Amino acid sequence: MSAASGPLRLAVPRGALFGETLDVLDAAGVDTSELRGDSRSLIFETEGMTLVTMRPSDVPTYVEAGAADVGITGKDVLLEQGDRPVYELLDLGFGRCRMVLAGPKGSDRLGESQRSLGMMRIATKYPRIAERYFESTGRQIELIEVKGSVELAPLVGLGDGIVDLVATGRTLEENELEVREEIVECSARFVANRVAHKLRAAEIDELTEKLREASRR
Amino acid sequence: MIHPIPPGTRDVLPDEMRELRKLQADLLSVFEERGYGEVATPALEYDEVLTRGGGRGDHAAYRFFDESGELLALRSEMTVPIARLVATRYEQAEPPHRLCYVAGAYRAVSPQRGEMREFLQAGVELIGAPAAAGTVEVIEVLEAALDAAGLGSAVIGLGDADLYRDLLGEFGLEAEARDAVLARLAAHDLVGLEAELTAAGADEAQAATCLALSQLRGGPEVLERAREHGAAAVSRAADRLEDINAALGSRPGGHRVQFDFGLMRDLGYYNGAILEVYDPAVGHVLGGGGRYDGLMKRFGLDRSAAGFALYLERVHTAQIEERRRGEEGR
Repeated sequence: MSAASGPLRLAVPRGALFGETLDVLDAAGVDTSELRGDSRSLIFETEGMTLVTMRPSDVPTYVEAGAADVGITGKDVLLEQGDRPVYELLDLGFGRCRMVLAGPKGSDRLGESQRSLGMMRIATKYPRIAERYFESTGRQIELIEVKGSVELAPLVGLGDGIVDLVATGRTLEENELEVREEIVECSARFVANRVAHKLRAAEIDELTEKLREASRR
Repeated sequence: MIHPIPPGTRDVLPDEMRELRKLQADLLSVFEERGYGEVATPALEYDEVLTRGGGRGDHAAYRFFDESGELLALRSEMTVPIARLVATRYEQAEPPHRLCYVAGAYRAVSPQRGEMREFLQAGVELIGAPAAAGTVEVIEVLEAALDAAGLGSAVIGLGDADLYRDLLGEFGLEAEARDAVLARLAAHDLVGLEAELTAAGADEAQAATCLALSQLRGGPEVLERAREHGAAAVSRAADRLEDINAALGSRPGGHRVQFDFGLMRDLGYYNGAILEVYDPAVGHVLGGGGRYDGLMKRFGLDRSAAGFALYLERVHTAQIEERRRGEEGR
């Protein structure tokens, strides 16, 4: 349940966004030194704020329910969980990457499947983004949801191509895959719970402004 | 032996039932005291009636044919059925009509989200009482209902449903672009909003006005701050809210209203004042409502109207949570 009073609760994503999230919080005047240690704790009390660390994909869940008042996570996560009503207040600018459709390098397997089978088989960790994208471009696909390294799928014949996040493109390169279509650009976003945004307006506005300043540096 | 029930539905056992009944009785006695008579309507309506009301895009999640082939639907809220009732039963009667209800409604759920397919709503409809007096009366009933439920910390967010439609029109945005901007506003996606405004051809000052307004919420002082943006649509909305504030402010004891220029409701039939109810003990909105002067006309009766609905189970959760916090002395 949401913290009515007491410190504002901020959901901090572990994983790829963790380092830059801590940097931008530092720049915004939030003390993150404890999080940088090798503590196994998940909850950290700093002055005036409680930092709760979690998987990026859990951030919308906690924020929607009000278990965290505000949080930071990737746009890819927000798009994949688009039905969760959280307020998206700020593009923090870091963690930039692209959601793309990729296929085997130098092979037209995607096109061949489309022609002869009428649909492509697409492996992805982002089934809803993929579904929406192909629907909006009028193509039919057979969706294969995987949890781990999605680059593996087409290499061993599970699917003709993948929909995945690409930052530098090195992983694709190493797995003999190449970008065929760009779906959407993603970066880290600052989000808020609907009720907290109304009831703790002053605190959230202040933090938003500090983060805006910090992320522009 | 386990016999399952559909996800999003539930059984209520005596301990909870006793508390829910108590809460219902407390709310109903507040409504009755203020002259609101309780009504019941069928959970099943002709699909055509709910479509005519045109509330939510998903105005009815569950539709089926009866034995003679008529298309029926389970109601997703009570305002449209009551509009239908008033247009049918009270066409010749002298308004205003004050009606209240505690009733089940049905909506589609997202899987594994803890959403309820079947839920209870308690609310009032005041039909035939124009703004601002009608709106103020509804807010006062809502305040009394929250008091009766023991939600001392609950806040009523009050906004204006016409604000952005008017404002984007004033800015000269095309209808299609306007809808895209409104969709981002409704989702409260400020990053997307900025992009849509630029794409729609809004200039920098216009975009800045929209973005600032969507974040403007607080006490009566925000009405003045909104006017500083200068647009005619904004000052019209501020005037309407000012009228409500003047009427509420003249009462003893103060009020729980927070003005909110960023408020949007996803029900299509609202115009003028709209409201939402928040409690710090619960992360979800407890209820909402507003003016729906246009809705009655869709049923062939030209009447101004306003009302609200509270999600009873959420109010119950907030009640328990507030009580617990009170005991812990927080």
